[in-house]
Amino acid sequence: MIAPYHLERQQKSAQLLDKLNALTKWHMDNCQEYKAMLEKSDAVQQVDTLEEVPYLPVQVFKLLELKSISQEEIVKVLTSSGTTGQQVSKIYLDKETSVAQTKILVEVMKPLLGSKRLPMIILDTKSVLKDRKSFSARGAGILGFSNFGRKHFYALNDDMSLDIVGLQAFLKEFAGQKILLFGFTFMIWQYVYKEVIASDIKIDCGDSILIHGGGWKKLKDEAVDSSTFNRLLHEQLGIREVHNYYGMVEQVGSIFVECSMGHLHTPSYADIIIRNPITFEPIPYGEQGLIQVLSELPKSYPGHSLLTEDLGTIHGEDDCLCGWKGKYFSVAGRIPKAELRGCSDTFQGGTKR
Amino acid sequence: MNVEKLQQIFAQSLEIDAIHVVDELTYNSIPEWDSVAHMALVAEIEDQFDVMLDTDDVLDMSSFAKAKEILAKYEIEFS
Ligand SMILES: [Zn+2]
Repeated sequence: MIAPYHLERQQKSAQLLDKLNALTKWHMDNCQEYKAMLEKSDAVQQVDTLEEVPYLPVQVFKLLELKSISQEEIVKVLTSSGTTGQQVSKIYLDKETSVAQTKILVEVMKPLLGSKRLPMIILDTKSVLKDRKSFSARGAGILGFSNFGRKHFYALNDDMSLDIVGLQAFLKEFAGQKILLFGFTFMIWQYVYKEVIASDIKIDCGDSILIHGGGWKKLKDEAVDSSTFNRLLHEQLGIREVHNYYGMVEQVGSIFVECSMGHLHTPSYADIIIRNPITFEPIPYGEQGLIQVLSELPKSYPGHSLLTEDLGTIHGEDDCLCGWKGKYFSVAGRIPKAELRGCSDTFQGGTKR
Repeated sequence: MNVEKLQQIFAQSLEIDAIHVVDELTYNSIPEWDSVAHMALVAEIEDQFDVMLDTDDVLDMSSFAKAKEILAKYEIEFS
């Protein structure tokens, strides 16, 4: 069995539940605002099932600066990538949580990437890392994934233009070696793929694996789905293997990557529950609803159990054909704002893909 | 010899004075040694000692003493 995709339901949920109960207690004791919210909603704090673990809506981090550590202990601040004018979430990490986050990312990706660091192309600009203490979702992602690479090459110039000459030189230098590529779905589409098409050049990444995340929202507008994306990147850039991942800055440790069958998987330290968007009751596998994420990592801030604004469907548990254990699922996208307020029955209609 | 060489690499990559590069120097204990600088440090060590570190080595390299220990695995001697 391949860790961290090795635990079956019973063992995993027992382990995770103990850790989540301990975290709820820890945050009650160390974060005034968290304590007040839980007490106000009469939430039971020590529970018997994962479904009963109290959760916060993910948007709360846009409104409140929640942390369970002192100001002096902060080593890193993560911010969500809101559009201009939007409030951003602020996530405070101390040394312990920050180190754990890096380690777990490595564990989660190792079954796909192995332990040898590969020559790496980052499909983004280096300027995202300018601020050394505060990181956007993009910066945090790049930094985390950089541990898997060496000879890092940033394929975009500061003005977002594609450095084609540099890219070709890099591919020539490492020809014959397996290459790792990393980037954000929309950035890859807009600034790499479209640019390559426009300039009518042929690029072949050879033996290569691309890891990308950040959501499909903007690509949906152009009617590009995951299989189209993978096929076009193969055709135009010669990228052989593509894996999408789902995660959010608000919950460190929740990084769900696609297996060989194209399903997102939950590792042993994290889990998801799908809830009805109106009643918030957990719903059966196969039905689409709001995604709640659980992670044993967030200790420096109360983010171990969060209700997201994303819609998703669990397809099964412990029996994916890829051989990995855990729940496997897909994400349909952000819930429309109108649906959040209203009471449409769109989301109770069973499987929608 | 290698100790001085490694000290110089740390001093240059982290942009600190070489006298501060001691065994007890640890990751995240000074603002200069953050995750961005860590990448530069690893790249410089690989170039100058002509080694290729694994992902786990990069994460384990949490102090100057630890760096010597890891490089010893790659037959770089520090005695
Ligand atoms: Zn699978």
